[in-house]
Amino acid sequence: MSSPMPTTLQEQVPTRLMWRYLRLLWLQVRMSLISQLQYRWNFLVLGLMQVFWLFVSAVPLWVAFSARAAAQGQSMANTELGGWGLYSSMLVLGVFSLLKAVLDGAINPSLAAVVEHIRKGTLDFVLLKPADAQFLVSTARFEPWHVLDGMASLLLIGYAAHKQGVLAVGAGPLLLAVTSCVVLFLCAILMLYSLWLLVVCAAFYVVRIDNLSYLFTAVLDFARWPRAVFKGALLVVFTYVIPLTVMTSYPVDALLQRLQLSQALWAVGGAGLLLTISRFTWRRAIRQYASASS
Amino acid sequence: MSAAVAVRPRAAGVRLWVRAFPTLLRIGLAEALAYRAEMLVWMLTTTMPLVSMVLWQSAAQGTQLGPTKLGSAELTAYFLLTLVVRLSTSSWVLWLLTEDIRSGALAQRLLRPVHPLLGYVASQLASMPLRGALVLPLAIALLWNLSPHSLTHDPVQVALFVLSLPGAWLLSFLSMTFVGLLAFYIDSAAGLFYVWVGLYTIFSGYLIPLVLLPTWLGKLATWLPFQYMLEVPVRMLLGWPIAGGARDTVAGRLAALQSLGIQYLYVGVLLLAVMLLWRAGLRRYAAFGG
Repeated sequence: MSSPMPTTLQEQVPTRLMWRYLRLLWLQVRMSLISQLQYRWNFLVLGLMQVFWLFVSAVPLWVAFSARAAAQGQSMANTELGGWGLYSSMLVLGVFSLLKAVLDGAINPSLAAVVEHIRKGTLDFVLLKPADAQFLVSTARFEPWHVLDGMASLLLIGYAAHKQGVLAVGAGPLLLAVTSCVVLFLCAILMLYSLWLLVVCAAFYVVRIDNLSYLFTAVLDFARWPRAVFKGALLVVFTYVIPLTVMTSYPVDALLQRLQLSQALWAVGGAGLLLTISRFTWRRAIRQYASASS
Repeated sequence: MSAAVAVRPRAAGVRLWVRAFPTLLRIGLAEALAYRAEMLVWMLTTTMPLVSMVLWQSAAQGTQLGPTKLGSAELTAYFLLTLVVRLSTSSWVLWLLTEDIRSGALAQRLLRPVHPLLGYVASQLASMPLRGALVLPLAIALLWNLSPHSLTHDPVQVALFVLSLPGAWLLSFLSMTFVGLLAFYIDSAAGLFYVWVGLYTIFSGYLIPLVLLPTWLGKLATWLPFQYMLEVPVRMLLGWPIAGGARDTVAGRLAALQSLGIQYLYVGVLLLAVMLLWRAGLRRYAAFGG
């Protein structure tokens, strides 16, 4: 790797390097925790607010299914939107809100700060530090109160999975289903992170867009429904361009044991590809970055 | 500070406001133009009507929902109009206000001889031309693509729709100001605002057309002011309710007129509430500053 950045770390032994970065991560998390714990009251209020939002976002799904059930003269249990019942759709909503908790708690705060750094010219201080700049900016800030809505999402997932009968299969298949679901969810996080990093890289070129994060979140909102609701061009865009359906519907498909192996491999490969592209773009952006002070 | 305001003769004050308002509008327009890229991004963040639209389109696929038999086409028209109305009537006074209260910049605004709330009104109104330039092409393109059957053909209803837009804007502006002014009393008015937004999304028809809500929720929605900010104007242009083809009738006009009346009644009530809260809160604010 040839780069104009400090390279001392890259010359070290890989395992020692990993330990060093893990220690650094722990340090960054602790710093965030300490600074956030000054606002304990906020912790509770904002956390509860997120849980409230989770309920609000479940209302349209429930109303849509009951309206369709009434119109077709069926029971709720038999009502489907293109192969997705109420509880499997709720699973998607649960995965979506868990993903959103990760985004708001661990990805968004740090990367939004980068945009601010670029605007003010303080990114220089980060670049001067003897560690990978992408690692440093990506772990700069965490908002721990999102643990609460993460837990609420897990409860929703658990409830919907129970209702859907996911837990009724044998222990062996269940383990496989849950493991593949978790793996795909981790892929979703990686994809989300990579896409966010690409958005941040755009800030290097167009500085005056500090509300880009809101746009990103607004587009992500489409991921709350199962993929069956998207048709035509929208389905293509949300599968291949901004892979929203891969992020939230695939993990649920995996949990329901109806995801094909090829789809799973595509998802994992896609996550790897996005991560590579975003890393490459970040390095390019950093290389041509002329700070505000120079 | 409030004493000084009270001493000035009221008539002179009004004349001053009238003279200052065009200048305030010019400043606001300049600000809006300076932040045009951000404004565009802000408007693009209004994806929720489209997010709702895709859900309801597939929920109505091959069937018709609710007592008024809403099909996929009607729901599409509904959410596209929701998007247009939302884009043309929203404001961000809450963030201006809470930030000014928190940072103390409100003190500067108070020193000016113009009522600060009027300053906010000017800054929000001034962004309208620019927003219109962004929304109008979108609206025209959408209306062009919708089947003419999904909109009302009654000129009276269209006129009422146009009249209801300023009402919707005023309602959203005033209710945001009201919540923002609570920052005089509590530290994080933004938290409270989330509750307000949550109620708004359910009871204004933003996520769900109100006829499709369960009966008790629907009843609650008719009594709350939220629907007058969004669904009432949308319904006027759509000519809803359309159950059994009863559309563009005299009864429909009367219902729309009544909604418009209630809308402006809510505007009056909120205006009064904002004025009262402003006075009470300002006394507190002055006390904070010493």
